[in-house]
Amino acid sequence: MSALIEQPIEKSERSDQPPIVNDFTINVATVNGSGSQTANATIIRALFKMGIPVTGKNIFPSNISGLPTWYTIRVNKDGYTARRDSTEILVAFNSQTADADLESLKEGAVCIHPQDVVLKDKANRPDVIFYTLPVKQFVKEANVDVKLRDYIANMAYVGVIMELLGIEPEQVKAALQTHFKGKAKPVEINYNMVNKAAEYVRNNLPKQDPYKVERMNATTGKFMIDGNSAGALGAIFGGVSFVSWYPITPSTSLVDALNDYLPELRPEDENGKATYAVVQAEDELAAAGMVIGAGWVGARSMTATSGPGISLMTEFTGLGYFAEIPGVIWDIMRMGPSTGLPTRVSQGDVLKTYYLGHGDTKNICLLPSNMKECFEFGWRAFDLAERLQTPVFVLSDLDLGMNLWMTDPFDYPAEPMDRGKVLTAAQLKELQGKWGRYEDVDGDGIAYRTLPGNQHPAAAYFARGTGHNPQAGYSERPDDWENNLARLAQKHDTARTLVPKPAVDERAGAKVGIISYGSADPAVVEARDQLREAGIETSYLRLKALPLDETTREFIGKYDHVYVVEINFDAQMRSLLQLHTPEYATRLIAANKCDGLPLTAQFIADKVKQGEGKA
Amino acid sequence: MTTELKAGNEKLNRLGLDKLDYKGRPSTLCSGCGHDSITSQIINVCWELGVDPQHLIKMSGIGCSSKSPAYFMNRAHGFNTLHGRMPSVTTGAMMANRELKAIGVSGDGDTGSIGLGQFKHLLRRNVPMVYIIENNGVYGLTKGQFSATADVGQKLKYAGTNELTPIDLCLEAVSSDCGFVARSFAGDAKQVRELLKAALSYNGTAVLDIISPCVTFNNHEDSTKSYPYGKAHEERIHDISFIESREEIQVDYDPGTTQIVQLHDGPIIQLRKLDEDYDPTDRGAAMQLLEEAHAKQEFITGLLYINQTRQTLSEIHNLPRTALADLPSEKLRPSKEVFDKLIGDLLA
Repeated sequence: MSALIEQPIEKSERSDQPPIVNDFTINVATVNGSGSQTANATIIRALFKMGIPVTGKNIFPSNISGLPTWYTIRVNKDGYTARRDSTEILVAFNSQTADADLESLKEGAVCIHPQDVVLKDKANRPDVIFYTLPVKQFVKEANVDVKLRDYIANMAYVGVIMELLGIEPEQVKAALQTHFKGKAKPVEINYNMVNKAAEYVRNNLPKQDPYKVERMNATTGKFMIDGNSAGALGAIFGGVSFVSWYPITPSTSLVDALNDYLPELRPEDENGKATYAVVQAEDELAAAGMVIGAGWVGARSMTATSGPGISLMTEFTGLGYFAEIPGVIWDIMRMGPSTGLPTRVSQGDVLKTYYLGHGDTKNICLLPSNMKECFEFGWRAFDLAERLQTPVFVLSDLDLGMNLWMTDPFDYPAEPMDRGKVLTAAQLKELQGKWGRYEDVDGDGIAYRTLPGNQHPAAAYFARGTGHNPQAGYSERPDDWENNLARLAQKHDTARTLVPKPAVDERAGAKVGIISYGSADPAVVEARDQLREAGIETSYLRLKALPLDETTREFIGKYDHVYVVEINFDAQMRSLLQLHTPEYATRLIAANKCDGLPLTAQFIADKVKQGEGKA
Repeated sequence: MTTELKAGNEKLNRLGLDKLDYKGRPSTLCSGCGHDSITSQIINVCWELGVDPQHLIKMSGIGCSSKSPAYFMNRAHGFNTLHGRMPSVTTGAMMANRELKAIGVSGDGDTGSIGLGQFKHLLRRNVPMVYIIENNGVYGLTKGQFSATADVGQKLKYAGTNELTPIDLCLEAVSSDCGFVARSFAGDAKQVRELLKAALSYNGTAVLDIISPCVTFNNHEDSTKSYPYGKAHEERIHDISFIESREEIQVDYDPGTTQIVQLHDGPIIQLRKLDEDYDPTDRGAAMQLLEEAHAKQEFITGLLYINQTRQTLSEIHNLPRTALADLPSEKLRPSKEVFDKLIGDLLA
C-alpha cells in the first residue's frame, strides 16, 4: 500500500509525546454540495454524546455545489466554543484548496487526505503528520449508487477520525441513526464506509499524532441546536400566529424550522382548523407589509430576513414605528455592504436597524448571544412588540443562526403573554366611547389601541403614516407633530426599562471593561481567561438589547478603558455607546474585526494587551 | 332597494344604521374630483346592503385616491399604508381576521407603477377584498406627471406627450386569474353602484378599475380619462343589476338576452346584454375583448370577468373563523407538557 510507504518510520517516535486530550480543532475542507454536512454532524454528535464539549462552524460559500467549504470542529474540555485560528487536524478532501490548507498548518499538525488529493508541498512538510487514504478504492468497494458516491466518500474521514482519536464507534452509529431518523439502509451504507476507513487505519496507518478524545461528563443535561431553530421554537412558544417571509440566507432556516415544528407543536384546533399561517411573500417589502397588516389586526406576526431584506423593510419599519403597530423582525445578520459575503457572519446591521426608517426613528433591537436567548427572545419579542406597539427586531447572526451550539435546556416562558394595551368593546363602553388612539393616558408614552373587528361604534381609528393628533386625525399642526414625537421618545425611554438588562460580570480589581454582544460573546469569555492569566483582570458587560440603559452607563463610568468587541468594520455599537454616554466617549475603545469569520479569543486578548501596553 | 330597509323607517338599514353612520370626514380633494363621486357610491352601497362598518377595514396606499378611505365610514377601521403596498398590508390583515371585509382604494400610480408587483401577487393569492382603482392617468399630488395607465399620445401641461404604451390593469387582473374584474366610469353612478354591490358580495379579490377624472390636471377634451371623453365614449358591454337574492329576480327574464350569475352567498348578478354577445365567465373572451378595445381605442365598461372557483388565501391556509387575534393564549402558546416533551426529544 502506497499509503504505508509514504509514512516514514522515524515519525512514529511522535507517538511517545504526551497525549493531547479533548483540546484541539479539526478543520474539514471539502467541496460544497458534497454532503459533508452529514459527516461533520456525525462527528459532532458522537463527541457530544461522549460528554465532550464541542462546537461546529460551517465556513461555506454562496453556491449550491462546487466551491470550497470548510467546517471547523472545536473540541475543548474547558467548554470554550469560540473559533480558533489554528487547526490541529486538517481533513484535506478538497484538491482545490488542499495546498493552501496545508500551508496554514503549524508544526505537529495532522493532515488526513485521500490519495487523489495530491499535496504539492507534502515532501517539504516533515513537521506535519500525514495519513493518506485510498478513498476511491473504498467507494468502489462499497458498491453504491453513483449518486451516493460523493456522500459516502466523506464518511471515510469520519472513520479515520473515529479510529485515530478514539471516538466510540457506537456513538458514531447512534449519531447516524439520529441523522437518518432511524432509516436502516442509509445508516448501514454510511456506517459501513466509516468502518472500512477505520479498519484500514487500524491495519495500515500506525498512530503518530498525540490527539485523542476521552469520555467526559460535561454535556450531560445539554443538547445541541442552531440559533435559527431555537428562535423558531421561541416564536412558537410566544404564540406566533402569522409569519410572512422571503427566502434569504442565512435566515431561511428559521422559517424552515417554524414550518417543521409548527404542525407538531400547534396542531389543528378541535374544528380541524389551523391557528397560524406561514405565507411566502414575493419580496421583503411584501413580507414586512403583511407583518404590519396582521399586527394591526392583532395577530402575533413576524418575519425573518437578513441585511438586504432589512433594507427593503425600511419604509414599513418607519410606518410601523409611527403608526405604532407591533411586529417582530428577525435579522440573521450576514456580511455587507451590498450582497457582500452572503454566507459569512457579521454584526453589521446594528446602527442601521436601530435607526431604521426615515426621519427620527429608533427601534427596539434584541441581541441574543446564545441558544437560550434565541429561544427566550423568540417569545419575548412578541410581548415587547405588543406592549410597546412597535416593530421589534431580533438581531441574530449567521454564526448563531446556522451553526450547532451546546445549550442547557430552555426555560418555559415564566410570564403569561403580554398582549399590551388593547381596548375591548366592553372597556370602550365603560369609557363611553371616549378615547384617543395616540393619547398618553398612563404617562408612559404608550397609548391604547383597538383592533379592527371591535364592535363598539367608537372603536375605529384611521391608522396612517401621516401626521396625526392624539385622536388619530390627520394633522399638520406643528404642536401636534412635536408632541407626538416627544411621546414616541418617551415611549422609547419606557422601552429602556422593559428590554432585557445587560449581563454584567465585574471582577474585583479590574481596571479594564469589556462590552460585547451577540455571537462575539464566546470569544470574549475565553479571552478574559487568557487576559487574567496575562495579569489583566477584566469586567464584562454583555448587552442584550437596544435601547441602551443606565446599567451600561454606570459600567462604563467605572473603568479607565472599555473595549467594545464586535464583528463589523465601523465599530457600530461603540458609536451607539458613545452617543449614549458622551461623557465617557474617549474611554470606549473599538475592538472590532470584520473579515467574515467568527471572532477568536486570541484577537480580543491581543487587542486588549496592546491597548494596555502589555503586548 | 327597500327590502334592506327596516320596516317603518326608510332611513335605517337592516343594521338599524342611518346613512350618516356611513359617512366619513369631509373630502379634501379638488371640487368635482371623480374620486369623491366614487366615495359617495361606496357610502350608498354599504348603507343599502347593510355592510357592518365595525367589520369592515378601509385600506389604501398613497396618492389622491388613497386619501378617500378617510372620507367614508368613520365607524370602520382604516389604514392609509405605503405607496403601492396596500395589497401586502391587506393580506396580513385579512389573514389575521378572515371575518373582516376589506375595501381598498388605490390609484393608477399606486397600482400600475410602484405597486404593480404587489397588485399581481394579491391577485395570485386571491385575498378577499374589493380593490378599487380610481384611475385618472395622472399623478395629482405631485402635480401632473403621467401614470402608467396614460394612453399613447395623451398630453399634459407639465409632462408633455406620453409616448409609452399604457398598462391595462383589467388585463393584468384577468391574466392573473383574478376572479372578479370590472371596469367602470365615475360618471356612470348606476353602474359603479351595481358593480360595487356585486364586488362586496364576491368571495375573493374583486378588482374595479374606475376611470375617475382628475379635474385639475387631466380633464381636457382630448384626454381619454376626462369626463367629456368618458361621457361621449363609454360603451357598456351589458346592463348590470345586483339583486340580493334569487326571489327578487323578475320571473320572466329572457335567457337569450339576460345572463344570471349566482354568487356564493346567494345574491345574483343580472347582466342584460346590449349590442354584443359577451360571456364574462370566459377568461379568453375577456382578454380578447380588452385587447380589441385597446386596438380600437374603445372605452368599454362592465363586468369583464367572473370566476368563482378559486380558493381564497385564508381557505388555502385552513384558517379558523375566529380572528387569530382572538385566539386564547392556551391555543397560541403550547403547554408546559408539550414543552417538556420537546426538550426531552432534544436531549435524546
